[in-house]
Amino acid sequence: MSSVPRFWRSLGSRYNLEGTRCKECGEYYYPPRNFCVNCRRGGHIEPYNFKGTGEIISYTIIHTAAEGFEGQTPYTLAIIQLDEGPSLTSQVIGDPEKIHIGMRVRSVFRKLGEDGERGMIYYGTKFVPADPE
Amino acid sequence: MRDVAIIGVKNTKFGELWERSLRDIVVEAGIGAIQDAGVSGKDISALYVGNMSGGRFIEQEHIGALIADYSGLSKNLHVPATRVEAACASGGLALRQAIMSVASGYSDIVVAAGAEKMTDVGSEEASSALAAAADREWEGMAGATFPGLYAMIARLHMHRYGTTSEQLAEVAVKNHKNGSLNPIAQYRNRITVDDVLNSIMVADPLHIYDCSPITDGASAVVLAPADVAHKYTDTPIYIKATAQASDTIALHDRRDITTLDATVMAAKRAYSMAKLGPEDIDVVEVHDCFTIAEICAIEDLGFAEKGKGGIVTANGETAIGGRIPVNTSGGLKACGHPVGATGIKQAVEITTQLRGEAGKRQVDGAEYGMTHNVGGSGATAVIHIFSRER
Repeated sequence: MSSVPRFWRSLGSRYNLEGTRCKECGEYYYPPRNFCVNCRRGGHIEPYNFKGTGEIISYTIIHTAAEGFEGQTPYTLAIIQLDEGPSLTSQVIGDPEKIHIGMRVRSVFRKLGEDGERGMIYYGTKFVPADPE
Repeated sequence: MRDVAIIGVKNTKFGELWERSLRDIVVEAGIGAIQDAGVSGKDISALYVGNMSGGRFIEQEHIGALIADYSGLSKNLHVPATRVEAACASGGLALRQAIMSVASGYSDIVVAAGAEKMTDVGSEEASSALAAAADREWEGMAGATFPGLYAMIARLHMHRYGTTSEQLAEVAVKNHKNGSLNPIAQYRNRITVDDVLNSIMVADPLHIYDCSPITDGASAVVLAPADVAHKYTDTPIYIKATAQASDTIALHDRRDITTLDATVMAAKRAYSMAKLGPEDIDVVEVHDCFTIAEICAIEDLGFAEKGKGGIVTANGETAIGGRIPVNTSGGLKACGHPVGATGIKQAVEITTQLRGEAGKRQVDGAEYGMTHNVGGSGATAVIHIFSRER
């Protein structure tokens, strides 16, 4: 799936949706950026913890998995716009038949994947429907 | 800046070429293009090679030097060779670098080649190598695949504009029909809408027949200053515009995922440079890595209103004989998609069309042609406009 240090470097963002925000223009960044796209060198980036709520912009049900995700098919992958503004790519847990564009979701801590039977297990953020049915 | 012309072209056969190596196929394309141009090795002042992932596909980097060597351009001639990489847009960018090299006056006769040897690894490894064109850390590590990213584009396009799976399938049906007329195409079989809809689902709503295949292949063109082009050929094809644009590497960071802003911006720059508009273009090769990509492309290039790409396709407007023939080569879908070669293959196809040498897939009277090559899910777009008249 990935090298250990590469994943470990961004654990805070992967576990807890730690991102950033520019104090100058108010833009939020997740995945985190340390250089503001709008203000460039005039920006002032600070850490920000996202609330973890948002809505589905689009989604797909993956039948042919990415490397390291073979055991999980079919799985739902979505682009989710967080309430603060930025969008991210993440899996959505739940009945694929009920997932729809515009659906409200919230973040949860889950296993993401693994490097084979003896390899690393990776944890991170996935999303579930925000409103219980 | 000097005007630039294409004086020679060559594609190898595209397909699963088990018996042939990367160097074999690039040399065939390169020598073929040089022969077509009527130049010799000592005339060549530079070589550019588009290649996405030699490191992943054949565990070979330093592709520029390798190709120059096996093309006989290194040992005695010491021709400078440069590999260009922008994922699936590597070929288009290699062409652009070559054009700029000639236009600037730095070089005179330049070869732009593109090549990918994808079947030396299994399909899982190939898919993983291709996924490197997206954001590995923030898309790949979440479980994204390339078909998955384009499936999300398709889903929103369908939701917002009413595009249907049948309309997506029409893209594949048309491109297979065109491919059946192209001797180098990987797939020369015709298919039906039902074939597409009944094929296995890869990433809902995209079926396997909505996806371009894994392909080995190489293509090359020879460029010359326009002023001397007639010395080499009776039918030089002139470059009217070369344009390129970037967008965010991750799909989720785009302004709108159903529009490739990089395509829109590169097209704007290209039309402005050529002093032409979409209505002037007679034939176009677009980057149909997935069927939805062709629909977005014809919209973003100005050949269809936004949201109407599916209807325009189903109406036959993009077929040979239609209002704006798209992907006469068979496109990435049927001709095949050796990623680094694709951008050059598109230029070979348009040159062939403008020369009037495309045989059964000829677009009658084609004067202006366009190529559109995309890297990743739209982080790079490169567009060229070609003309029969200077």
